[in-house]
Amino acid sequence: MDFFNVFVQQIINGVSLGSIYALIALGYTMVYGIIKLINFAHGDIYMVGAYVSFFAVTMANMSIVPALLISMVVTALLGMLVERLAYAPLRHAPRISVLITAIGMSFLLEYGSMYFVSPTPRTFPEVMGNLAYNIGGFVINGQQLLIFAITTILMIILTYVVQKTKVGQAMRAVSFDTETAQLMGINANRIINFTFGIGSALAAAGGVLVGVYYNSIDPLMGIMPGLKAFVAAVFGGIGSIPGAMAGGIMLGVIEALVSGFISSTFRDAAAFAILILVLLFRPSGIFGKAVREKV
Amino acid sequence: MIERKVDALLAVVGLVLFAIIYGLIEADVIGPFWKLNIIIICINVIMSVSLNLINGYTGQFSLGHAGFMAVGAYVSVVLTAKLHLPFAVAILVAAIAAGFVGFLIGIPTLRLNGDYLAIATLGLCEIIRIVIMNINYVGGAAGFTGIPHYTTFTWAFLVMLATLFFIKNFVNSAHGRACIAIRENEIAAEAMGVKIVNYKVLAFTLGAAFAGVAGALFAHSFYILMPGTFSFLQSFNYLIMVVLGGLGSITGSIAGAFVVTGISAALAGVPEFRMIIYSIILILLMFYRPQGLFGYVEITNLPLFRYLKNISPEAKKAMGIDTEDSGKGGKA
Amino acid sequence: MAESILKCSNVSIVFGGLTAVDDFNMYINEGELIGLIGPNGAGKTTAFNLLTGVYAPTSGTIEFCGENVTGMKPSDITARGMARTFQNIRLFSELSVLDNVKIAFHKHIRYNLLEAALRIGRYMEDEIRTDIEAHKLLKIFGLDDLAGETAKNLPYGAQRRLEIARALATGPKLLLLDEPAAGMNPQETQDLMNLIAWLRKEFKMTILLIEHDMSLVMGICERIYVLEYGKTIAMGGPAEIQKDPHVIRAYLGGDD
Repeated sequence: MDFFNVFVQQIINGVSLGSIYALIALGYTMVYGIIKLINFAHGDIYMVGAYVSFFAVTMANMSIVPALLISMVVTALLGMLVERLAYAPLRHAPRISVLITAIGMSFLLEYGSMYFVSPTPRTFPEVMGNLAYNIGGFVINGQQLLIFAITTILMIILTYVVQKTKVGQAMRAVSFDTETAQLMGINANRIINFTFGIGSALAAAGGVLVGVYYNSIDPLMGIMPGLKAFVAAVFGGIGSIPGAMAGGIMLGVIEALVSGFISSTFRDAAAFAILILVLLFRPSGIFGKAVREKV
Repeated sequence: MIERKVDALLAVVGLVLFAIIYGLIEADVIGPFWKLNIIIICINVIMSVSLNLINGYTGQFSLGHAGFMAVGAYVSVVLTAKLHLPFAVAILVAAIAAGFVGFLIGIPTLRLNGDYLAIATLGLCEIIRIVIMNINYVGGAAGFTGIPHYTTFTWAFLVMLATLFFIKNFVNSAHGRACIAIRENEIAAEAMGVKIVNYKVLAFTLGAAFAGVAGALFAHSFYILMPGTFSFLQSFNYLIMVVLGGLGSITGSIAGAFVVTGISAALAGVPEFRMIIYSIILILLMFYRPQGLFGYVEITNLPLFRYLKNISPEAKKAMGIDTEDSGKGGKA
Repeated sequence: MAESILKCSNVSIVFGGLTAVDDFNMYINEGELIGLIGPNGAGKTTAFNLLTGVYAPTSGTIEFCGENVTGMKPSDITARGMARTFQNIRLFSELSVLDNVKIAFHKHIRYNLLEAALRIGRYMEDEIRTDIEAHKLLKIFGLDDLAGETAKNLPYGAQRRLEIARALATGPKLLLLDEPAAGMNPQETQDLMNLIAWLRKEFKMTILLIEHDMSLVMGICERIYVLEYGKTIAMGGPAEIQKDPHVIRAYLGGDD
C-alpha cells in the first residue's frame, strides 16, 4: 500500500476512534463548563456503560441497539447518583477537594466493578458479523459504520436538546452564570444533575461502541480513554460542545496517523504533546474564548 | 536565636525518632514488611512535602509529580548499576537531573493557570514515562533489573529529615514568602516586587529536584524498576497525600504520607477490598475535612512551640536585640 | 522647578475596539500630591494599571525617574520605586498582617536560597531587620496590635490601611493610591486624609491619588487631572478644576 492508501485508511480508523473520544469528551466539557470540575470518574462511567451492554447482550440476548439504550439509561442514572452523592454536597467546598473526591469516585467505580465483575477482560460478542465494505480500495467495517451512525445521531440529538429545548437553555444559562440563572428561577442543582445524566449517557454509548469495536472490555478500560477525552475537550476548547466533538475526532485522527506512520508506542505521547502545544499556544482551545482577570 | 531553638528541638525529635525505629528494626520488633513500609513512608514524605511546595505553598496545580520521580529513579540507577558510582553521588545527580527537567517543563507551562496547568503537567509526565519506556538502554517497558539494594532505613530517614529542614526553612524565608504571596494573590504579589515567573519556576524546580531524590531512594529499595510505576495514577497518589494532610502544611504532608501509606499497608491483607475501602475513606475525608488534617497549620504553631517562637519586639529586647536600631539589629 | 519623577506621554490603550485610556499625558514632580479624578468608568484604574505595568500601553511612553518603563513588568517597576494599592483590596488574605507587610520588603532581601535553607549568612540579619521594619510600619498605621491577625479578618478600614502600609514597605519614591477611602465612613476618611498628608511630610513621598469623590481631593491635592471616557478633560489646581465647565458638566451632567 502506498502512502496515500495508508493515510486514508488511518483517517477512517482515526475518525472511528475519535468519535468515541468525542462522545466521552462531551460529558467532560459539559460538566466542566457548568461546575468547573475535571470529573475524573467520567472515564469509569464509560466503562460501566460497556459492561451494562455486555450483560444485556450476553445474558438477556438483546441486540445491540436496545442494549445500547438500556446501557445509556442505566449509566445516566448512575452518573446522576454519583453527582448527588459525591459532588452536590461539596458544591461550595474548595475545588481541589471536589477534584480529590472525583479521583476517589473513579477508584471506587474501578475497583468496585472489579469486585463485582472480576478483573479479567471479557470478550464482547460479535454484533455486526463480518460486515465490511470496500469503497474504492478502502475498507470500512460494520463496527465503524455503527460508530459513525450512532455518534452522528447522538450528536444531532444533543445539539437539538442544548440549543432548542427549555432544559438546554437552562443548561447554557447555568453554565454562563450559575447565580444569575438561579435568580431567574432556574433550579441549578437539577440542571447540574441533568447535565451529569446526559454526559454519562453519551459516555456509555462510547463504552458500548468501544466494546463493539475492540471486542474486549475490562474494569480499568476507562482510565486512558477518559484522560484522552479530557485532552480532546481541552483541545476543542473546554466548555464548548462543538469543540468537544471536533477535538475528539481530531485527536483520534492524529493518534491513528502517529500509529500508522511512526509507532503505536508513541500514540499516547502524541496525544499529550498536542495537548501541551495547544495549551501553550492557544490555551482556550480551538473553539474556546479567552478570559482575563479584572485588576 | 529563637528560630534556631525550634530547629534544634525539631532536629532532636527527629533523631530520637530515628534512634527508636532503628533500635526496633535491629531488635527485629519491626519485621521486613513494616521496615519496607517505613522506608516507603520516608520516600512518600519527601514526595508529598515537595509537591506541597508547588501545590500548597506556591498555589500552582501540578499533577505530574511522579514524572520527576521517574527521572530521578532512572538517572540514579544508571549511575549506580551501570557506572558503579556511589549512592550519594547518584542521589545528588538524580536531584539535579529531575530539577533540570522540572525547570525545562516549568518555564513554558507555568504561564498556565489552574486546571490547565494540572492537565499540562499530567501530560508532560506521561510523556516522560512513555519516553523512558522506549529507551532500551534502561530496559524499556520490561523494566531495569540488577539494581543494587542501597536504600536502607538510615538513608531514607536521614535524607527525609534533610529534605524537611530544607523545605521548612525555605518556606519560612523571604523566598518562601514570595511563593506564598503568589498563591494568595498573584497580581498583588507582582505589585510588591515579587518576580512571579521566577518564583513559580523556582518552586517547581525545587519540588522536582526533591521528587528526583525520592525517586533515587525508591529505585534502590527494589531490585527492579518499571516505568509503569510512574503513571499519572501515582501522581494522583501524591496529590492525595498532600490534600489529605493539608495544603500549605509540612506537618500535613508528613501526616498525609503516613496515613496513605499506612492505610495501603494495613489493607494489604484484603487486596480485593483495598482500593474500595481506600476510595471511600478518601471521599468521606473530603466531605468531613476538606481542608485536610492540617490545612495551613503547622505543629510548630501549637501552644508549646508558639511559646518558643514568640518574637515580639519585647521578646527581642529581652534578648538584647535593639528594636530601635533599624539597620543592623541582629545578634544571631 | 523640581524634577519630574513620572512622565507619561500620549499613552493610549485599546481593549478590543474600546479605547479605555486615550492620549493620556501626565507629569508628576518630586514631592507633589496629585489627584486623578473622574466619574465611574472614566479609565482612572486603567491609567494606574498602565503606570504600574499591569497593562502595556497600545501606544505612548511612560518614564519613571528618567527611565523608560513602558511595557516593563509590574515587579520591575516596583523595584524601581513605584508602589500601589488596589481599588478592590488585594491583600494576601490568608496570611497574618505582619506577613503581608514582610512580603513587601522583598526587594530589600539580600540572602540567597542556600542561606535561607541553612539559615546562615545574611539570613538572620535580614529577617530581624525585616521584622523590626515591618513592626514599625504597622505601628504608624495603628495595626501593631493586629500583627498576628489573619488579614481577611480585619475590619474594612484596617484592610485599606494595611494595603497602604504594605505598599510603603516596598520603599517607593512614588505611591499610587487607588480610591483609598472607598467604603470608609466620613470620620475614617478624614483620618486617612490626615495620615496621607502626614506620610507625605514624614517620608517626603510623592503621591498620586485616585478618587471618585471630588470634594475629597480638593483639600489636599496640589494639582488634579480629570478623566472622562478615557480622555483628560481638565488639569490644574483645585480652584481651577472646580470652575472648569467640562468638569462641572462631567460631574453634574450637562445639556449638550
